[in-house]
Amino acid sequence: MNSAQLSDDLITAAVITYALAFCFQAAGLAIERVRRSTRRVPTLAVASAGVSRVSDSSTPAATHRSVYGLVGRMGTVLLGFGFVLNLVAVILRGAAAGRAPWGNMYEFAIVGATAIAAAYLVGLRIYPIEKLGIWVIGLVLVVLGCAATILYTPTDALIPVLNSYWLAIHVGAAILAGGAFTVAAVASLAQLLRIRHRSDSEVDPLERVSYGLILFAFPVWTFAVIAGAVWAEAAWGRYWGWDPKETWAFITWVFYAAYLHAQSTAGWRGRRAAWFSLLGYAAFLFNFVGVNMWIPGLHSYAGV
Amino acid sequence: MTSKRSTSVRPTYGWGWARWAWRTLTSMRTAVVLLMFLALAAVPGSFLPQRNVASDPAAVERFYGEHPDLAPWLDRFSFFNVYAAPWFAAVYLLLLVSMMGCVLPRCRRLWRECRAAPARSPKRLSHLEHHREFVADASADAVLAHGAEFLRRRRYRVVLAGKEVRAEKGYLREVGNLVFHLSLLVLLVGVALGKLFGFEGRAAIAEGETFTNVQSSYDAFTPSALTDVEGLTSFAMTLESLEAEFAMVGSRMGEPRAFDARVSYTRDDGSTSSTSIRPNQPLDVEGTKLFLSGHGYAPRVTVRDGDGEVAFSGPVIFLPMDGNFTSDGVIKAPNASPTQLGFEGLLLPTDAGFGGDRSQFPDLLAPRLDLTAYAGDLGMDSGLPQSVFTLELGGIEEVAQQSLRVGETMKLPDGAGSITFDGVDRFANFQIAYDPGKEISLVAAIMLMVGLTASLVIRRRRVWIRCAESPMGLVVEMAGQSLTRRGSPAADFDDLARELNEPTEPEARS
Repeated sequence: MNSAQLSDDLITAAVITYALAFCFQAAGLAIERVRRSTRRVPTLAVASAGVSRVSDSSTPAATHRSVYGLVGRMGTVLLGFGFVLNLVAVILRGAAAGRAPWGNMYEFAIVGATAIAAAYLVGLRIYPIEKLGIWVIGLVLVVLGCAATILYTPTDALIPVLNSYWLAIHVGAAILAGGAFTVAAVASLAQLLRIRHRSDSEVDPLERVSYGLILFAFPVWTFAVIAGAVWAEAAWGRYWGWDPKETWAFITWVFYAAYLHAQSTAGWRGRRAAWFSLLGYAAFLFNFVGVNMWIPGLHSYAGV
Repeated sequence: MTSKRSTSVRPTYGWGWARWAWRTLTSMRTAVVLLMFLALAAVPGSFLPQRNVASDPAAVERFYGEHPDLAPWLDRFSFFNVYAAPWFAAVYLLLLVSMMGCVLPRCRRLWRECRAAPARSPKRLSHLEHHREFVADASADAVLAHGAEFLRRRRYRVVLAGKEVRAEKGYLREVGNLVFHLSLLVLLVGVALGKLFGFEGRAAIAEGETFTNVQSSYDAFTPSALTDVEGLTSFAMTLESLEAEFAMVGSRMGEPRAFDARVSYTRDDGSTSSTSIRPNQPLDVEGTKLFLSGHGYAPRVTVRDGDGEVAFSGPVIFLPMDGNFTSDGVIKAPNASPTQLGFEGLLLPTDAGFGGDRSQFPDLLAPRLDLTAYAGDLGMDSGLPQSVFTLELGGIEEVAQQSLRVGETMKLPDGAGSITFDGVDRFANFQIAYDPGKEISLVAAIMLMVGLTASLVIRRRRVWIRCAESPMGLVVEMAGQSLTRRGSPAADFDDLARELNEPTEPEARS
């Protein structure tokens, strides 16, 4: 069995593992909800948006852990396994192709799924975001599912214009930022979906998650755009040409810049800022899917 | 950008509105709104065809054809040139003014703060971050000196005043923030220089041909407002050979795999060098860069006229029409006698022999040249400029039609002459660009990256250590204050407490 085939099989295994993780996390949330309603804990609305509230006084950390329980944590462990399988699949794919494994849509998708899972797992070590897990895994499953069914292409060499070390740098940085943007967007969405409003004086734990992740991802994204400009100068003779991909990278950057500015504007923190996080992510997503598939331009490398 | 506004506004009649407008423009809220407008303003340019931008120059005209009612209106509001549109410029210029109105006062404030001593401690430290209080078994001077020394080692700015130590660090955060915002101005200068003095052009060169860098050699030349068109870097470049490689098997069969244009070029001073131009590997001649941006085929033919004289010989560039490089073009022999000769041709680089008039593979495996011959007046003597890719059919009539393989000859009826298909050369499309502002833009990008990272990573914070005598002994109090959204790192305080011999298990910890 060659490594390309092994990579494909590992993607299948990763999908199954992620799906199991999804089920466990769902079961964990359900168990918690049942226990909570029997105990009449007053913060019911929260679970529906999949939001962790460990810092809330009505759900002290200790009960939270026992309520969320073993089942949910097994879901997290399975997510970790899925991530490892996914990562090995990506590495084998790269080994089979003899280059950075992000040269077409299928490869962007499987690396993107790895980056999302990685951003979530790293985020989980810093912030109490166990309950965002189910949303993140759902997204990863959708991405990998599309990759395996619609986008799949066998390994092949690159077209000459992509054959540059800048591919590893530029696209690698963009995908890394993308993983963090995704988890940040999930946190912002949960923040907006939540029914009960928090008082303004208190910083929402979900907002701390999205802010922290965007604080990391924004410079990485900036670097990806600059690296892209340097590469464009070497490949096409101009560093910026308002190609659709460049335009949407710019739009993404400006929305996230607006997000960061909103975070230091009185009265704009919280829900208003969360909208910018979602707008930025929508632009990012459109750049990855829409521009690759529907808009002709110099970046039409979808290969599907 | 200023997030605080002073609350007391003096009643200054006449100038009040100006003051209000300036304050509104430079407020952070306005900046956020302008950023949102900037993002939204950039959107239409990615959906509508753009002039001077898109890879497809004919896209705007095609759009005109498809939407004859809508297009003139869109054009009136610069929607085919969004990134040079007045309304787009308005948004980013307002944003830059707003930014400068905010950044310059902050520069001044930072300058003052850097020269002033760190701020004195507030009355109550217990409200602040990482507050600790413990009884120490040492003299106040020793504790404070020790603490000050420790903080200095950690690169705090430290002042020992009376019974307290004041320390602050993280000024680079603000410096980074300012560098980031100023870099955007530098970037604007770099972009403007390129747009004012640079140029872009395209030239197709067949193997063996030589390109001389003067405006008339270009197939397309887009100068800027202040480009020195007469003073282009003088050099001459010959395309020695162009090699292309395609995927022969697999699902991506026919996709290009490698291009290599071997060129030799002569500079102004007479020095000659040879090199390869490949994708991602341009040739740089004193700032004028040549990029290999495309390729195609140029069939080599020899045309003989009715007298048996060679009326034309050499490669003729044919333009590719599809992914497999089915190409078309025309051959003109105005010097032929007794009548001028013209040919319309269709070149199939790979004709697998199934018939049809489409190439089956982009590489040159089994070329076939379909020719339609015309005789008569080509209309080239009228003095009007004529495209090299079309025949004026007015004064000529079709005399013959034939498919040729390499080496074959088509004889024209009535002894009008003949044409021989000698072979096929490749031609290379070169994108040629000169941008004198790009180094400045690169400097701006590096400033931007460094400034942004510093402003997001560095945390500006203050630390105070205070001593007070009490009946129990010397009470040491310490606390920190973060001037940024994220709190100060706790490790600094743990280390500081350990350094000052805090007894284990401190009671007061916030």
